[in-house]
Amino acid sequence: MTLAVQFTGVSRVFGEVKAVDRVSIDIQDGEFFSMLGPSGSGKTTCLRLIAGFEQPSAGSIRIHGQEAVGLAPYQRDVNTVFQDYALFPHMNVLDNVAYGLKVKGVGKSERHARAEEALALVALGGYGARKPAQLSGGQRQRVALARALVNRPRVLLLDEPLGALDLKLREQMQGELKKLQRQLGITFIFVTHDQTEALSMSDRVAVFNKGRIEQVDTPRNLYMKPATTFVAEFVGTSNVLRGELAEQLTGNALPFSIRPEHIRLVESRLLDSPGQAASGEVQVSGLLHDIQYQGAATRYEVQLANGQSLSISQANDQWQASTPAYQPGQQVTARWARAAMIALQDVAAGGGQ
Amino acid sequence: MELSLKTQAPPPGHGPLHRLSNLLYRKPNLYLALLLVPPLLWFGAIYFGSLLTLLWQGLYTFDDFSMTVTPQLTLANLVALFHPANYDIILRTLGMAVAVSLASAVLAFPIAYYMARYTTGKTKAFFYIAVMLPMWASYIVKAYAWTLLLAKGGVAQWFVEQFGLAPALQLILDIPGVGGSTLSTSHLGRFLVFVYIWLPFMILPIQAALERLPPSLLQASADLGARPWQTFVQVILPLSVPGIAAGSIFTFSLTLGDFIVPQLVGPPGFFIGSMVYVQQGAIGNMPMAAAFTLVPIVLIAIYLAIVKRLGAFDAL
Amino acid sequence: MHSDSSAQGRASWGLKLAAWAGLLFLHFPILIIFLYAFNTEDAAFSFPPQGFTLRWFSVAFARADVLESIELSLQIACVATLIALFLGTLAAAALYRRDFFGKEGISLMLILPIALPGIVTGIALLSAFKTLGIEPGMFTIIVGHATFCVVIVYNNVIARFRRTSYSLIEASMDLGADGWQTFRYIILPNLGSALLAGGMLAFALSFDEIIVTTFTAGHERTLPLWLLNQLSRPRDVPVTNVVAMLVMLATMLPILGAYYLTKGGESIAGSGGK
Repeated sequence: MTLAVQFTGVSRVFGEVKAVDRVSIDIQDGEFFSMLGPSGSGKTTCLRLIAGFEQPSAGSIRIHGQEAVGLAPYQRDVNTVFQDYALFPHMNVLDNVAYGLKVKGVGKSERHARAEEALALVALGGYGARKPAQLSGGQRQRVALARALVNRPRVLLLDEPLGALDLKLREQMQGELKKLQRQLGITFIFVTHDQTEALSMSDRVAVFNKGRIEQVDTPRNLYMKPATTFVAEFVGTSNVLRGELAEQLTGNALPFSIRPEHIRLVESRLLDSPGQAASGEVQVSGLLHDIQYQGAATRYEVQLANGQSLSISQANDQWQASTPAYQPGQQVTARWARAAMIALQDVAAGGGQ
Repeated sequence: MELSLKTQAPPPGHGPLHRLSNLLYRKPNLYLALLLVPPLLWFGAIYFGSLLTLLWQGLYTFDDFSMTVTPQLTLANLVALFHPANYDIILRTLGMAVAVSLASAVLAFPIAYYMARYTTGKTKAFFYIAVMLPMWASYIVKAYAWTLLLAKGGVAQWFVEQFGLAPALQLILDIPGVGGSTLSTSHLGRFLVFVYIWLPFMILPIQAALERLPPSLLQASADLGARPWQTFVQVILPLSVPGIAAGSIFTFSLTLGDFIVPQLVGPPGFFIGSMVYVQQGAIGNMPMAAAFTLVPIVLIAIYLAIVKRLGAFDAL
Repeated sequence: MHSDSSAQGRASWGLKLAAWAGLLFLHFPILIIFLYAFNTEDAAFSFPPQGFTLRWFSVAFARADVLESIELSLQIACVATLIALFLGTLAAAALYRRDFFGKEGISLMLILPIALPGIVTGIALLSAFKTLGIEPGMFTIIVGHATFCVVIVYNNVIARFRRTSYSLIEASMDLGADGWQTFRYIILPNLGSALLAGGMLAFALSFDEIIVTTFTAGHERTLPLWLLNQLSRPRDVPVTNVVAMLVMLATMLPILGAYYLTKGGESIAGSGGK
């Protein structure tokens, strides 16, 4: 399989700030690849490096095997869907979509036909004559998508394209984007700070932190086998236990992660053998100090003896009202399988895979 | 519907413009330099070049007998600024500039306040245009209009007579230092014209400063028990100081350098501007004119340093 | 005239009166100019006017000195505006986005010609022209006017640049347009009305300028200089009145135009409208 985009030791420095710090990534052709991270983590800068809006301070960027460093955006076979859509306000929708063809010298009738085609692809056929200002947020988003696709790029870059939409619309667009990517078979590189969005849409996700990549993996592995404390805490909710307690439980000084839903809660007085966990399990006790009912699950916050706090999530999967067994202030014991604990590195071992 | 995905080769793009675009893209500093060169050349060579020539000439020697300038460097011109006659001119101009700035602020405030706080939509737009138009409208015609207004038998006199104010006007005109023989030859008349011409330059910055003041601030003040006048003195006035300071930069600087209005209205007696004009023109003493030009530059620099502390630059 | 602004109640009648009286004060002398241009009397500026006539317009337009001054002022204003448009736009394009050493200094430099009194600019230019042996005339007037008009264009254009999202330019390049195509198809259409507005203001400013012109004009007589000269000739008052009204219009109309061109500017924002 060929690589759509390949970063090798790429850095981008703005003055004193290392926005991107020695990043290496291989993005496969035809992949739905997400770059996930908090704001300022370097994910958007990476996208802009691929688009050509920024040039790297060091390293190499190859797009479909061709070195892209030094090439202007208009010399690259990639197109971008912008966060603010960047629709040209003085052009109608059809001219916006046809713009990429116009500047390449495609004749008027052909470019209009192809722009109509692209608009139909995003279910906006017949909207060509409107001005961007006359469209809703969701419609503008689709126009931006059609405009980026009309050049038939082999790589499509999406910079938080759903950020400005409300929740319902965003979920609908997530499904449509995924469908569109499969249908077109081109590489999508998707930047987001929303971990749910990244997990649900992507083939693989790169998690960024402070200009570096913490982990690149499938959504499932990212969640089940986080490599670093940052990934464990940023992707989903996690209890990261460290110090003496960690050593006591795992026999190893490394911090470890345990997901709240992988912990079972047991009332201390009901234990058949206090202080003794079943084989292959560990247990800790603490003071239950908060209960949050969340619908599908209930979350319990337990204060452990060493001061660390533990989140526990218990699914409300019984349709019958079960006895509300726990009260805040109660002493409780938490148990989980040894195998559910994932040892973590505090810092990423190195960029790339 | 499906897009066929045969990739297109990048456009050939061999035109000179395209190649230039590529070059400039790769070299953003070159692009920036190309943009900056024409304005920098114009301002550097023409404007700053001229200013330096002028200041340099302020050090040349003017021979009173032969009425010629020799390029012999001297500080005599600068020293001459402090001769009583010249010093008087400077004080007279400075006093007028300060008085005009103060009066403009007082007159501008209610207009700006009303605009910012009590007008919305169309009324606000109307006020805005109504202030902006006289501000930009022809300076010389505005000055001319006042010569018509203040002339003997003109509009002002007609109004004074209609309302029986002639004795009161005479009383004011008799005040030494303010008055004069008639309105159009009095300090008061000149002052009026200056205030009229520069007033809009004061209104708009104050209005902008008041516009930025959130209504919740006034409500908070009222909520905490302040009476309206207390809110005005404690909250509104301090927060409008940057606007007043910004506006006063214009009123001060423009009055300081003017020589048309003093020529048209008011009693005889030079202003800095008229002195510069006469020195270089009728007398041909460019060194003295250059030295006099330094005065408004220095005064304005001092003034800017003062108003900068009041936040004027944030309100521009 | 009601004041339904956010929860502040009504203005006291004193404030309202002061505000409207202020407006009247600002416009009364201008109204007087319009009134006198149609006055039948030919020797005085007495008030109230005695009758209405259009006669002075034909008298004014029959005078060679008036027509020459109008022509000169129009030529100067046009050329100065073109130079200012060119220099102001370049400066705005250079300064609006990138930070570099000396940026503050450059923007200060652009403002200086209108921040310092006109006499400074005027006499500085004159002394430089004299030093270089350039005879004052139309050329020197244009140089002076262009210098202080640049900042007007610059202010309008940089304001528009700042309101225009930079991602529009990136989007254009991303879609395959090179720098020139981006300028032609995206930047220029977005700047259009700001350039027009800046140009109109610069034109008005140049058409009316008198202080710098006094120093740089030599023997040429622009319309404002003609007006100033007229003030010592009471017998010509009716013609002067007509010309004064025309100059007033020539400065006010471009200003109104510029106002309407730039007031809808919010819709030029980034994400395709509001």
